[in-house]
Amino acid sequence: MSDRTMANEKNNAGIIQGGVHQNHLHDSAHKHVSGTAIYIDDLPELPGCLQVYIGMSEKPHAKIKSIDVSAARKAEGVACVLTADDIPGINDYSPVMGDDPIFANELVEYVGQSMFAVAADSIDNARAAASLVKVDYEELPAILTIEEALEKESYVLSPNEMKRGDSATALERAENRLKDRILIGGQDHFYLEGHIALAIPGEDDDVLVHSSTQHPSEVQHNVAKALGVSDHCVTIEIRRMGGGFGGKESQPALFASVAAMVAKKTGKAAKVRLDRDDDMEMTGKRHDFIMDYDVGFDASGRIEGIEFIQACRAGNSADLTGAIADRAMFHADNAYYLENVTIKSYRCKTNTVSNTAFRGFGGPQGVVGIERVIDAIANHLGKDPLEIRKVNFYGTTDRNVTPYYMTVEDNVIHELVVELEADADYAARRADIRAFNENSPFVKKGIALTPVKFGISFTTTFLNQAGALVHVYTDGSVHLNHGGTEMGQGLYTKVAQVVAEEFQIDNNRVKITATNTGKVPNTSATAASSGADMNGMAAQAAARTIRNRLTDFAAQKFQVKADEVRWLPGRIQVGAEEMTFPDLVKQAYLARISLSSTGYYATPKIHYDAQKMQGRPFYYFAYGAAVTEVEVDTLTGEYKVMRTDILHDVGKSLNPTIDLGQVEGAYIQGVGWLTTEELVWHPSGKLWTHAPSTYKIPACSDRAPEFNVRLWDKGKNAEETIYRSKAVGEPPLMLGVSALMALSDAVASVGGYKIHPGLNAPATPERVLDAVDRVREAAAG
Amino acid sequence: MTNVSMTVNGRPVSADVEPRTLLVEYLRENIGLTGTHVGCDTSQCGACVIHVDGKSVKSCTMLAVQAAGCEVTTIEGLANGDDLHPMQAAFRENHGLQCGFCTPGMVMSAVDLVTKNPDLTDTEIRDGLEGNICRCTGYHNIVKSVRAGSNAMKAAE
Repeated sequence: MSDRTMANEKNNAGIIQGGVHQNHLHDSAHKHVSGTAIYIDDLPELPGCLQVYIGMSEKPHAKIKSIDVSAARKAEGVACVLTADDIPGINDYSPVMGDDPIFANELVEYVGQSMFAVAADSIDNARAAASLVKVDYEELPAILTIEEALEKESYVLSPNEMKRGDSATALERAENRLKDRILIGGQDHFYLEGHIALAIPGEDDDVLVHSSTQHPSEVQHNVAKALGVSDHCVTIEIRRMGGGFGGKESQPALFASVAAMVAKKTGKAAKVRLDRDDDMEMTGKRHDFIMDYDVGFDASGRIEGIEFIQACRAGNSADLTGAIADRAMFHADNAYYLENVTIKSYRCKTNTVSNTAFRGFGGPQGVVGIERVIDAIANHLGKDPLEIRKVNFYGTTDRNVTPYYMTVEDNVIHELVVELEADADYAARRADIRAFNENSPFVKKGIALTPVKFGISFTTTFLNQAGALVHVYTDGSVHLNHGGTEMGQGLYTKVAQVVAEEFQIDNNRVKITATNTGKVPNTSATAASSGADMNGMAAQAAARTIRNRLTDFAAQKFQVKADEVRWLPGRIQVGAEEMTFPDLVKQAYLARISLSSTGYYATPKIHYDAQKMQGRPFYYFAYGAAVTEVEVDTLTGEYKVMRTDILHDVGKSLNPTIDLGQVEGAYIQGVGWLTTEELVWHPSGKLWTHAPSTYKIPACSDRAPEFNVRLWDKGKNAEETIYRSKAVGEPPLMLGVSALMALSDAVASVGGYKIHPGLNAPATPERVLDAVDRVREAAAG
Repeated sequence: MTNVSMTVNGRPVSADVEPRTLLVEYLRENIGLTGTHVGCDTSQCGACVIHVDGKSVKSCTMLAVQAAGCEVTTIEGLANGDDLHPMQAAFRENHGLQCGFCTPGMVMSAVDLVTKNPDLTDTEIRDGLEGNICRCTGYHNIVKSVRAGSNAMKAAE
């Protein structure tokens, strides 16, 4: 039976196919498994399409005395070479601050920085020609680490402070006090599809760019700025990315701008596709942090006062560092009430690649900080860290104000953690592990339960808006478009479920279409976990407008009251009559009723004073918790994750299968960040770990043999989000912190749990072995 | 230029290419089969896995000329018309994918694994897929998919 016949049959089933709260398959699943899902590199190339190679700086900090591209211009197959002098508009692709040159002009500030581009008939010819370019550098002293930057007060943005209560007095009066330094590493996104942009020149000043981006509007604005044309000349389109994780928010503007400039200069299509090594060297990563803490607490482990200094490596430019460092401050509390707290934040400028958004956006680093503090307090008092966690959890009616003066109104962490603790049999297993460790001389086990509370909304309030566009055609089929982008997370599927639900039609009647700046303008990035919350609401608004028009039309035509028009699964009841959606639509069209509408959503309730760092930056919080058990070989430092139990709150899930997938993937990505994924820079400023040979993301064999993941069935969003669901993209990444704490527990066993291991991240086997040695020595006294 | 001929998905193909052309370039650019993806360019991520004479190969680590005369199967050739191969169906049904970029290579590796050993343990599945990187799923549903696909392949025999 074809789609068309199915649509005209009355669906008398009680429920539509693929509405909300259903386990509807990913919309592209059948294409992914058969190789027919089209990524940008799979699009047919127009005849004469040029391949572009971007020439990169070899120095971390240097004046450019000269760039000689004359030999490259004459090389085989070369169509054009672009330098800063060839940019028709403004030489900048930054998201906010105007400090990211497309091509470095007088100064280079990191190894890998873009300096020029060569467009040729093949990528091999482009690369070969690029090697003929002669650059004369005058080297300058480079700052490569956070420590050096702090010492020299080298910052991309001014330091910031968040304060509530009186931490200094509380610390002085505290019965117990601990201070330490925490190192937290960065992380490469390692989206499987690297950065890519394909530009196709149009008439006048127009250009269409297929860009693998989470932020088409920003890419549009940057391309227009580079070309020196109005935004309306530039169209950005993206059907799907092969992963994003934040890495395709601000970064794609560079590649799209270069492709567009080549296309407009030559009149030919132009493609920029980075190979993996170049991608890893050129583009920003998760910010690494140094955190110093000073905590005072009572005999029960309750924190009375705490001070954090958070210093992150921004790299050579601001990019999104301001908001990222802010989010680290917003999550320095995780799920804990900090009555007297001061958090200072330093945004360090270094001569390394400019770090950028990565799932969690600074939040995970904040969470690692406070979880490490909790771990140290527990060790100091000889208690179970879980006990300390519970003592410090936010209250529901008191002890519920965050360091930024927002009252936590939706706290469910106690209930959720107690449920997971029982599910995972935490207490008994912890006792068994202690017994095992007594009798096992070399292999030591560890276990930890860590919670997460994550604030949902862009903390830059104006970004919390979204748009959608819905058309209904006269055959009753629906065309859906919105500002959100698909990077595998299932956003397109979820939003289509919302629209199907609104019209009470089967999901296969809703066509999902590529995100395009010509359809929905001025969008925010698909980021901050907000994709389904915001685009789902916008699409619902668009569909509801059309549905209301149809209801009014039906009421008028059949002379019934509007409330006698009922939208049932697959049919509409109008008084005593029933008709299919296509029948109603056709009649409405003939009666000249508009069947197309935009929809718009702006997140309510949020406000924030950035100067004071106070307000309600978040609409609501997402919660979860994980128990991880590890086994460590204390002779080598090697370890395995043996079992994971997760309970995560996604509210009333729009699609439990997709949400579970997000939770599982985020946890593993979080574990990777904190264990095996290590970024190493050579003293010359060059990134050494620029391929999967040296940069180790989790492999299939790293997954725990026992992996129990559950969505919390009591979950329900306290706020009126789309069908009371909760955001799921970022929060579960922080469940991976439990693996780091479990490793800490295992290492502590070698000192009879008397010495805190102070295990930094990533806890590579080398770091674990170091910690084992340190703890042994300290315990031996 | 060298003329390279082989059978791809049951169809004889031929193209004039430079001798250094990689098999994956030949398939994507000369034959137009873009379902095989390039993820890392250095034979590590597994997105480009195909079958050459029935065995899984990372097609970015083999020259097209080395596959001359061989029987090559890509992800596009796995289904029987509109009927997905049991392993493809299993990945789809078990949500063993998110962004989908690694999926073709993952499915091709899984088919080869199961063909070699129809009675894989979960540990063997996990170890067997070490050469295929996925950044989205955390592998949980991938292992589940391979298990389901393996059972379905057995049932189909």
